[in-house]
Amino acid sequence: MAERQLAVRMRGITKEFAGKVVANKDVDLDIYRGEVLALLGENGSGKTTLMNMLSGIYFPDSGTIEIDGKKVTIASPKDAFDHGIGMIHQHFKLVNVFTAAENIVLGLKEEGKFDLAAASERIRQICDAYGFDVDPSQKVYDMSVSQKQTVEIVKLLYRGADILILDEPTAVLTPQETDKLFAVLRNMRDDGKAIIIITHKLHEVQDISDRVAVLRKGEYVGEMITAETTTQEMTNMMVGRQVSLNIDRPPVEMDYRMERIRVKNLTVKNHEGITKLDNVSFTAYTGEILGIAGISGSGQKELLEAIAGLQPVESGSIEYVVDATGEVEEVEQLIGMDPIKIAQMGVVLSFVPEDRLGMGLVASMDLTDNMMLRSFRDGASPFTDRKAPRHLAELVVDELEVNTPGVSTPVRRLSGGNVQKVLVGREIAAAPTVLLSAYAVRGLDVNSSYLIYDLLNRQKGNGVAVVYVGEDLDVLLELCDRILVLCGGKVSGIVDGRTTNKNEVGLMMTKLGGGEA
Amino acid sequence: MLDVVSFVPRAVAQGVPLLYGSTGEIITEKSGNLNLGIPGVMYVGAICGVIGSFLYERSLDGAQINAALGLLIPMLCCLIGSLLMGLLYCFLTVTLRANQNVTGLAMTTFGVGFGNFFGGSLIKLTGAQVPSIALSATSNLFRKSLPFAAKLGWFGKVFLSYGFLAYIAFAVALVASYVLEHTRVGLQLRAVGEDPATADAAGINITRYKYIATCLGCMIAGLGGLYYVMDYANGVWSNDAFGDRGWLALALVIFTIWRPKVSAVASVLFGGLYILYVFIPSGPAVKELYKMLPYVVTIIVLVLSSLRNQRENQPPESLGLPYFREER
Repeated sequence: MAERQLAVRMRGITKEFAGKVVANKDVDLDIYRGEVLALLGENGSGKTTLMNMLSGIYFPDSGTIEIDGKKVTIASPKDAFDHGIGMIHQHFKLVNVFTAAENIVLGLKEEGKFDLAAASERIRQICDAYGFDVDPSQKVYDMSVSQKQTVEIVKLLYRGADILILDEPTAVLTPQETDKLFAVLRNMRDDGKAIIIITHKLHEVQDISDRVAVLRKGEYVGEMITAETTTQEMTNMMVGRQVSLNIDRPPVEMDYRMERIRVKNLTVKNHEGITKLDNVSFTAYTGEILGIAGISGSGQKELLEAIAGLQPVESGSIEYVVDATGEVEEVEQLIGMDPIKIAQMGVVLSFVPEDRLGMGLVASMDLTDNMMLRSFRDGASPFTDRKAPRHLAELVVDELEVNTPGVSTPVRRLSGGNVQKVLVGREIAAAPTVLLSAYAVRGLDVNSSYLIYDLLNRQKGNGVAVVYVGEDLDVLLELCDRILVLCGGKVSGIVDGRTTNKNEVGLMMTKLGGGEA
Repeated sequence: MLDVVSFVPRAVAQGVPLLYGSTGEIITEKSGNLNLGIPGVMYVGAICGVIGSFLYERSLDGAQINAALGLLIPMLCCLIGSLLMGLLYCFLTVTLRANQNVTGLAMTTFGVGFGNFFGGSLIKLTGAQVPSIALSATSNLFRKSLPFAAKLGWFGKVFLSYGFLAYIAFAVALVASYVLEHTRVGLQLRAVGEDPATADAAGINITRYKYIATCLGCMIAGLGGLYYVMDYANGVWSNDAFGDRGWLALALVIFTIWRPKVSAVASVLFGGLYILYVFIPSGPAVKELYKMLPYVVTIIVLVLSSLRNQRENQPPESLGLPYFREER
């Protein structure tokens, strides 16, 4: 490595929210040009807050920031731009009804006439230089997640940013899109730009970064050269103690195993009439984790919602086996049944959507009230019982180590990962017989993810039929007993999680039935 | 058969206050502020103009009215009055982040009460027998149309028979449309209303945009009130005569799907529908049904535009929501 040029020096940065939650405490951080720095930490460890202070969204309570050796005050995003700092947020900052070009020039004070055509021309030049693919006249609401992200990056480059911050950029990308992004990031690094990337995925840290800085509970604990460290070491530093990186998979107890949900020839169309599930058949057993793999949008959401009674079904049947021990099997047909009744039978759905809060939790209500969303129908009294939900909320906070000032804090005040713990914790507390979980660890850090895996395994041990829709193939392969692979709404195959490998599942995801590539 | 040559000028005269109100409200709403206080603002604009011109006419003591002062004093009073209303709204909703709906409705109640209080007081001062004030000298200035208009037959009647405030209304609407669609300021204003967090991250001063857009909007809407008293009502103020025109202006905003240039045409349509009962022979009961027409067409437009479900045809995304940067 040539002479390292210091871009940003942060010293003694402290930030508190509402005088209660300490997000950052006395953090020191150096950022160099021509280098990719990975910022690592558990959920709520203050990574995003720290970077928000660099990009002018928040203002630090105390501490100093130096850029190129000069002490600066960053009081607004505009100040940040003026210093060449640009941040790509987890939630994209794009106006939906504007075109790519309009979004890119937004807020700029350029000389002369307002000229979108000239701006589009410059955008094309930037795209050519780094290998992006952006249509300046395309509306943002017509774009895929990955296209929106590209627009965000081009926006920063258009403004001449040379210190780029990316907050969990890969959380919503497919592996192919991630590779493309990383290639671009390497181009920019070689161009002398300073890049900071926040991510939970350790293999990505190893893949892209030159240096790793670790935050724990808002405090800076140290940094490492990526090439000289291991994922195990990074995890330990992040959590502050030795953690095991192996996911348990207790064996299925075959003696007690019985059929629980039988899906036969299920076909589902969405409201636009597009077929999302095509003739899907499978069985979920008690005491087993059934993984569902597939490229996002292959019908995972529709499948779970159909079982939970939230999705109108075109044809086929979904049977819930109430009891198979007697002479005659007792079976209930779930299609056409009221979702409340299905839930009372013990089928619970915990779906974590891309924006985390969209389904399942009410952002402006506190933890207790969100717990009540499940229990408010219980009992005959016209008054609701607030005691039990409060206890449940406290239990979830304790057991899942939710970082919150208390159970009467509105959910939207919590960081993304903590919100998710509350959601998953509540669903599991309902003592289900069938647990449908989608993207339960989306955006969660390593430690919290393992807590969730552990919870799922405990449910499996209790004889619950667990359906786990996941994004990370490595996790699916380690956690699940069987894996159902969806490809374009069709069942591409069902494989044994113990004997299959990543390559086989990957091929089945992209091509019906897998086969030789 | 409908007498078009006499129908159109009356429709336009009815439409102009609505056009002012809706242009002002569109500019306001584009910044994300849902100002339901517009009826009150128009009321305040009108009464402030009346107060100004009343005091001026009194001070003349029978002397000839000075044309420039006769126009400027009411206009200035009207603009200052509605600007203060705008500042009040902004202070409550932007600075203190009060609920916009509640604030707006309260301001409408306040504005109407303010107007009626001072209107009533002025009427007492004149000691007139009828419950109204007539400012005919000022009104004549506002109603002055081009001298050759009368000689041009139906063309003059349909296009040139109005006071200058009517033309300003259309000019303001067209300029507002151009600014919103084709300038940097317009782009940034729309961004503030659509997604303030994004606009903020892009370095746009949200508070400033919201204050300026809302205050400017209120001042434009206030002129609608002034036009109503000085031109449409011949300078006669009587309490509650302004009626539901403020709400009609709000309906017009939705009807035109937040486009001032469409409003320039639609306001005349609304004005026409509003007075249709005069031109179609009908009983007094049916008259009230006819007055309902503008609201009915607004609902139809709402249904149609939500059926088509086009993203451009929706209200600004963060309309009615307060913005606080550090909110999580």
